[in-house]
Amino acid sequence: MTDQKGTRVRYLKQRLGFRLLSSMAILTILPIIAVVIYIVIQGAPAISREFITGFPEDGMRAGGIWPAIVGTFYLTLGTAIFSVPLGIGAAIYLSEYAPQNRFTQMIRISIINLAGIPSVVYGLFGLGLFVLFLNFGTSILAGSLTLAIMTLPVIISTAEEALRAVPQAFRTVSISVGATKWQTIRRIVLPEALPGILTGVILGLERAAGETAPILFTVAAFFLPRLPNSPLDATMALPYHLFVISTQVPGMPIKIQYGTALVLLTFVLSMNIIATVIRSRARASRQW
Amino acid sequence: MDRDLNLGEMIITRLINIAGYSAIIFVGMIFYFLLREGLPTLNEVNFGNLVSNRWYPIEAYFGILPLLGGSLVITIGATLIAVPFGIGTAVYLAEIAPRWVREILKPLVEVLAGLPSVVLGFLGMLVLAPFLRKYLQLPTGLTAFTGSLLLGGMAIPTVVSVAEDAIDAVPKSYRDASLAIGATKWQTIWRVTLPAAKSGVTTAIMLGVGRAIGETMTVMMVSGNAPVLPGGIRALFKPARTMTATIAAEMGEVATGSVHYHVLFFIGMVLFLISLLINITASFVVFRQRQRQERILS
Repeated sequence: MTDQKGTRVRYLKQRLGFRLLSSMAILTILPIIAVVIYIVIQGAPAISREFITGFPEDGMRAGGIWPAIVGTFYLTLGTAIFSVPLGIGAAIYLSEYAPQNRFTQMIRISIINLAGIPSVVYGLFGLGLFVLFLNFGTSILAGSLTLAIMTLPVIISTAEEALRAVPQAFRTVSISVGATKWQTIRRIVLPEALPGILTGVILGLERAAGETAPILFTVAAFFLPRLPNSPLDATMALPYHLFVISTQVPGMPIKIQYGTALVLLTFVLSMNIIATVIRSRARASRQW
Repeated sequence: MDRDLNLGEMIITRLINIAGYSAIIFVGMIFYFLLREGLPTLNEVNFGNLVSNRWYPIEAYFGILPLLGGSLVITIGATLIAVPFGIGTAVYLAEIAPRWVREILKPLVEVLAGLPSVVLGFLGMLVLAPFLRKYLQLPTGLTAFTGSLLLGGMAIPTVVSVAEDAIDAVPKSYRDASLAIGATKWQTIWRVTLPAAKSGVTTAIMLGVGRAIGETMTVMMVSGNAPVLPGGIRALFKPARTMTATIAAEMGEVATGSVHYHVLFFIGMVLFLISLLINITASFVVFRQRQRQERILS
């Protein structure tokens, strides 16, 4: 028999422990909310039509950030063009085709490694391969390819998880009525896994849109008072622009800095929210 | 028609196979280009210079020790923050929080993972650094400690999501057995659930450390950029410079093919090898755990 005092002490310990852990969780979450709210409050006064759609003036100390917004949009799009088909293809391979052997294990280790390589090292790689060796120059093309390889692991692992979640019975039924393996994947498995795949794609692109280090030497123009005309043009981009105006330009009005941070944050967080909504809707409506 | 179908099927299968192999190809290519541009360093800079403690490229001093030291100090600081908070939050989310709290908090942790590093660096410079300078009475707020604080925060989402998955994967029967013999929920967490999830939690910590070592923009903006070899605990409250920040800050200004250019790629190679080491070790821990779980289940 446990004596009552011991039991009381043990539950007291538990109460204190739970209190401790929940306050740690709160301490982790609160700064995130604070950061977002603070940037919204500080940045909102800078937002105006001219700020969004205007070009930088007076050495970026006045005017708008339109070229940087357009640049980030193009870069995100370019990243998607390369990383989405490749990432989904790789996920299909891993979930539907890959045999269970050492080689597949090597692919998985490579994906984990790609996810862990520092973003600035991707920048070096992009500089060495795309900018110099393939002679794309500092361009949207070189930057998109660099960012695409960086986002690949996020897309592959979430897409694979979504594909694996589709019950095996779906595949068996489709094959048994005479469909080929690819027909089964395309008509049955992919549509079922689509919301999960989409979530992964958006989260990957969100990361690409916010990154600075990989585009430092592959795309970014310090100041370019026109919009890019082709994939081989350099461009301004929101994250790099924020870096430039907060560290390299003396006498920069703080309002413009916070305004730029707010626009970047809005761009990235809206992608995050879309991904979260897609996922929770898919979970709610799932029938299997 | 059947032949068309077969041909199409074959082509698509080929393409999917290639996509599947792509990750290996990319890791290989990244390593190859880092070696190609980085290895000439060993011919151009003598070894004594490379491992000296002076980084001053303009006068051809290429000692990478201060940069290694800077990365080390800032990463240790970040780990000390990210590990307790990350694992604490993961345990809270997986074991304690009511369902609705979990549904709200998990997406918020993901928001933190998505915050662009340049935005955090920007706020770090403008808000956190002046605050620390005032309250810690430092000559400057841009120190290794400032970098550690922010990097610790940025590594938390990685630690939380991997650790939570691991804790979640512990079979419910373990907990039930522990509760049935009279342990409290708290005792069960510490003596049963966490030990059972040990390898996953280890992976979470390692991936968090990897995230901190590799972070670039934030650390460049808030750590003061002084390539000085750190000595002792006080170095934490002085400016420092990491390997990542050095590459980011200097690559834009060097001539392609110069000695300085090669040395920066060499540093990139060192970073790549460190992350490779961390991630390969982490993935072997995961594979071992998976195998063990399968054994238990069968």
